[in-house]
Amino acid sequence: MRTGSRWRRFEGFAFVGPFLLLYIFILIYPLILGIGISFNRADLFGARQWVGTENYARLLADPVFHQSVVNSLKLVLLIVPALTIITLALALALNRPTKTAAVFRGIFFSSSVLSVTIVTLIWRFVLTPDAGLIAKVMQALGRDPIPFLSDPNLTIPALAITTIWWSIGLPMMLFLAGLQQIPGDIYEAASLDKASRWTTFRRITLPSIRRTLILVVMLQTAAQLQLFGQAQLLTAGGPSGTSRPIVLYIYEVAFGRWELGYAAAAAELLFLIVLAVTLIQYWTVTRREPER
Amino acid sequence: MASLELHDIRKAYGDTLVLDGVSLTMEPCEFVAFLGPSGSGKSTLLRIIAGLETPDSGEILLEGRRIDQLAPGERDVAMVFQHYALYPHMSVRENMSFGLRNARVAKDEIAARVAQAARVLEIEEQLDKKPGQLSGGQRQRVAIGRAIVKQPKLFLLDEPLSNLDAALRLRTRVEIAQLRQRVDAALIMVTHDQAEAMTLADRIVVMNDRRIQQVGPPMEIYARPANSFVARFVGSPAMTLASAVLIPSDGGFARVRLGDGAEVETRVTEDGLPADAPLHLGLRPENVAVTAPDAGTTKAKVELVERLGDRTLIYARLADGLEVTAQDEGDSRVRLGDEIGLRIDGAAAHLFGPDGSGHHAEPAA
Repeated sequence: MRTGSRWRRFEGFAFVGPFLLLYIFILIYPLILGIGISFNRADLFGARQWVGTENYARLLADPVFHQSVVNSLKLVLLIVPALTIITLALALALNRPTKTAAVFRGIFFSSSVLSVTIVTLIWRFVLTPDAGLIAKVMQALGRDPIPFLSDPNLTIPALAITTIWWSIGLPMMLFLAGLQQIPGDIYEAASLDKASRWTTFRRITLPSIRRTLILVVMLQTAAQLQLFGQAQLLTAGGPSGTSRPIVLYIYEVAFGRWELGYAAAAAELLFLIVLAVTLIQYWTVTRREPER
Repeated sequence: MASLELHDIRKAYGDTLVLDGVSLTMEPCEFVAFLGPSGSGKSTLLRIIAGLETPDSGEILLEGRRIDQLAPGERDVAMVFQHYALYPHMSVRENMSFGLRNARVAKDEIAARVAQAARVLEIEEQLDKKPGQLSGGQRQRVAIGRAIVKQPKLFLLDEPLSNLDAALRLRTRVEIAQLRQRVDAALIMVTHDQAEAMTLADRIVVMNDRRIQQVGPPMEIYARPANSFVARFVGSPAMTLASAVLIPSDGGFARVRLGDGAEVETRVTEDGLPADAPLHLGLRPENVAVTAPDAGTTKAKVELVERLGDRTLIYARLADGLEVTAQDEGDSRVRLGDEIGLRIDGAAAHLFGPDGSGHHAEPAA
């Protein structure tokens, strides 16, 4: 009996073991290693010199790092609410069993399968001031082209638009899955209860997909705080760092300036920011929710 | 004034016709049950009355007002859904007041109506709970409460008892009977359970195959079924239908011969029965008694004995292979495989014409 239960425990580990090993090796170990490195002055060739919290102290006083944090937060504020509203609206519009709706679901999801390189390439064609799509339209209307990629006030919005276009697919699918969980008869009951379309949305639909909504906002916040490829390829963080998000900063410090310890410290701070923001979101929305 | 009037309602889904010219008039405060098998169109008809489906043609009037072009919420009807359809994230109180708030009823009026309904339905303790915290029976009562507070002119109940276990079903049946006493409105209940329909309704609308087969009070439906479908569908166990031919008789009542040669003298008048056409003799179990093998109208072999306590049902087979259901006393000695005699009470027998139409015994004068 005892050996049996011991064997059963081992059997369980046998199933999760391969994944667990891989997970420890490529995620947990580097994470701990990263924490270690962040307390060292280190370069890419393995030189290490213990400096304690010096890297963190420098970071907190580094105006370039500050700028990148602000940029990342701006991007999150521009992208997450807009993306949530747009994808929810799309899901509501496409949540019907017609062929047309299925085709449009496919179309809106298609951008998600593109790599970031392709996405930025496409948006460069659209945004670039000399020969871009928008520039041509503006010229046809007799206006000057808008310098999306070089005006410090426009680079962050340009990055946000590109990211929203790219990221529509997954949240839309999550919302569609959430909407399809709602039983049809409560909508019928609502129509007999004289509920207007707005009341039905606010009192029936929205509360029913509340968990999906929380999930989408949290996932997108965590994802957009780590925005990197679009910024690097579309604006390279410029002009003068006005569109450089945190991850691009980390990348430049690590692989441009070879200050691995300093970059690792910035990465740990980013980790803490993501953790704090998502936890605050989770607490604020679940605090009032009664246990079910 | 009539309560609900349906005029020639038709409905098709694509090429499939589901309702073919249904007409019905309900009396004020009448309780009508739509009874029929799955796919008979009864639920579709209920949903058309509620406004959840649109008929292809026809008119619906409620207390003289045409409602078939109105939105569901404008029709003055309330519905109790089969799966209750309570709003899961609202409390019981909010569930019940939602419709009234949308109709802009004054707040204290809403509170008074909800309190009154909750007291009557004994769900006062549950008012602040969510539907997920309630038992099936409590949810059912909340669903009824949500309908009551609207004070509609017509209640629609879609299979209200089908989700409940046997004990709760009886209790809820009582509750629906009480609901009927309490409200000043007409009720329609959809059901496939004839016992529910027989015990609750003033009139039963038997539906099958896209049409109304018969409309009438429960006992009339049972005693004088309009056709062989109604005869077989209403009554449990089902009426036996035996192929029969008319044979000459005197006295004006039809006399028929069954497949095994047995002859039955009925009290159905001969006029109106087609001569030379194949007929069916309809026999309820209580009109077929068990006798000694040679003492009855005919002989049969017992295939199944169902002892119900107060009576025993005997499923037997005649010489020509016809299956007949007979009824015997509770302490019947009949056993599987026995050869028995069957005495057919011809005076209570029914005849069905080749088109299925029913002909019944003249009521004793």
